[in-house]
Amino acid sequence: MTETRSPRKVLILGALSAMAAATARRLAAQGAEFVLTGRKADALEREANDLKARGAGSVSIQVIDLLETSRCDAVMDLAVEAMGGLDTVLVFYGILGDQAQAETDPQEAERIIAVNYSSAVHWVMAAARALEAHAGSSGVLLTASSVAGDRGRRSNFVYGSAKAGLSVLMQGLAHKWAAQDNAPRAVNLKLGFVDTPMTDGIEKGGPLWAKPDDIAAIAERALVKGGPNVYAPWFWRFIMLAIRVTPFFVFNKVNL
Amino acid sequence: MTSDFHPQTAKRSWGRVVEAHHDVARPGSPEAAAALLPVLQDRGETGLPIGLGRSYGDSNLNPDGALIETARLDHYIEFDPDAGVLRAEAGVSLDDILRLIVPRGWFLPTTPGTRYVTLGGAIANDVHGKNHHLAGSFGCHLRRFTLARSDRGVLDIRPDSEPDLFAATIGGLGLTGLILDVELQLVPIRSACIDQHVEPLRNVDAFFDIAEARATDYEHTVAWIDCTARGDRLGQGVFSSGNWAASGGLEPHAAKAGPALPVDAPGFALNPLTLRAFNMVYRRVQLLKPQNSRVHYAGFFHPLDSIRDWNRLYGARGFYQYQSVIPFDTAREATREMLDRIARSGQGSFLAVLKTLGDRPSPGLMSFPMPGVTLALDFANAGTKTLQLMAELDALVKSSGGRLYPAKDGRISADMFQQGYPEWERVETLRDPALSSAFWRRVTS
Repeated sequence: MTETRSPRKVLILGALSAMAAATARRLAAQGAEFVLTGRKADALEREANDLKARGAGSVSIQVIDLLETSRCDAVMDLAVEAMGGLDTVLVFYGILGDQAQAETDPQEAERIIAVNYSSAVHWVMAAARALEAHAGSSGVLLTASSVAGDRGRRSNFVYGSAKAGLSVLMQGLAHKWAAQDNAPRAVNLKLGFVDTPMTDGIEKGGPLWAKPDDIAAIAERALVKGGPNVYAPWFWRFIMLAIRVTPFFVFNKVNL
Repeated sequence: MTSDFHPQTAKRSWGRVVEAHHDVARPGSPEAAAALLPVLQDRGETGLPIGLGRSYGDSNLNPDGALIETARLDHYIEFDPDAGVLRAEAGVSLDDILRLIVPRGWFLPTTPGTRYVTLGGAIANDVHGKNHHLAGSFGCHLRRFTLARSDRGVLDIRPDSEPDLFAATIGGLGLTGLILDVELQLVPIRSACIDQHVEPLRNVDAFFDIAEARATDYEHTVAWIDCTARGDRLGQGVFSSGNWAASGGLEPHAAKAGPALPVDAPGFALNPLTLRAFNMVYRRVQLLKPQNSRVHYAGFFHPLDSIRDWNRLYGARGFYQYQSVIPFDTAREATREMLDRIARSGQGSFLAVLKTLGDRPSPGLMSFPMPGVTLALDFANAGTKTLQLMAELDALVKSSGGRLYPAKDGRISADMFQQGYPEWERVETLRDPALSSAFWRRVTS
């Protein structure tokens, strides 16, 4: 897709996620500028070189643990300074965690909530303020949530509850911005099964598994239009609709 | 296996004849990939690097062992669009590279008939293309690469710094170490189009005359042969030649491949009658095209890439590909004899390809190309009679001083391989002890 706008100035939170990297590649081909964040300097450097080769206007990296929420505003300022502006923020970090462990070990549950939700609240709010200030209606804030947040299921409900929180947060932000003039857009991707390193322990295959680049194509489109909730791929809207409307007495017998 | 490896029960190569259990790792970075080799070594197991799995037989399989998929080693390291020098990780595909470099006026020094191969695979099989008579093989254009080994760690391999490993890795079937990244010299193009010249071939003798004449005027040449024709029409077909066009824009091929073949074709779909009909129609269609036309590189170099999963055309039993090269002094007789056997057998394939290979030597010890004529075609797997036919062709290739392409093979004897590749023992000495393949175990036993 070619856009008729000037190249984006993109901050990626969790740039080492496979889907973030795939999305960044597509934007790089359009000449976008980037600030990449993540915990591993070497790996960020590798992404940065790749994006430069693919046509990115400029790429800088910020090594940070995104649980350090005291640095949210500072990172936004750094991004604005590095790129001479900021109009796109992609929130792609997250962990699947271990549901069984989370049921006995509060620390694991806490970790799942902290990474997927409570830290994300800080980053989303900071990004919202920065986009309002620097981009106005050309700004987009995109988050990667999960269909796991649509209904609690025994296999992953701690993770699911955190993603549900993130989805509602974004829904609310979109609602707020819809009422304002010159406001940015908020888009929340609800992801189904994606073949990434995060899901490597799971047996993959079959039509439900998407590739990171499939998600990237959806993200790229969602940056331009659509939302606030975008199922990725689209068929999950109907799968989750079916799952949500299933009555408890049936649902309770299904091992999901 | 450690958590790096995940069991995969039915891993198949492109020909889909062999299906085997493997433990598969998909390392997320070059460092993680290199770290897998000592792990294999400690466990006394072997692994094999695999890219996009386009090798047809068993050279990309390691049954009951491990595979190291390079899918996630897909990053560019540096692209200098002024000098046309590209450095990229080994899992980057030629498909991806062309989409990056064509708009900037560069092309790969040579491309095989599919874009769906990785840089690592292109080196491991020392692939060649329609310009072999001028450009030589892929390995002729490598500046350097990085190789991870279980015994020596990560090595910078250049023709002058590590001449032995450089030579053994080009065409080395992934056995000399895991290629992590590659530096390649690209060639400039003025457009993404080829000025194509198409002409009929009356028979196999005409091929030899036309191929010789066109090789001087055209950078790219190839012939398609109707392998059902017999008698004085034996080897009839279409000869196509091309040069890069001076204009026509620098639009790369489309990102998405065309429609996929959704199911395996039923076994009866391929029979002598449908084969003959296909070959007849295909020839007519090719010859209906204007003799001279300007075409996009994708249609010219990679015609089958527009149909995803075309290998399912041959049904659930899969197929064999047969590719030989025969030196010029015996090529005319041997090619006629081979085509005659194939036509009589009624087994031939949809597309048989003939091409002359040039004398630019590859640095590789086990590189397939040599000056002469290469014939490539598919045989649907019909069991014993197919193996029988290929054994007869083997005997002809062997007695003519030729050899077969390991990337296409899943069955030749050790004897046949060793005669064709006398340097195999040097590669065996330089092989990484943690790496092996089904093919290698067979042909070295």
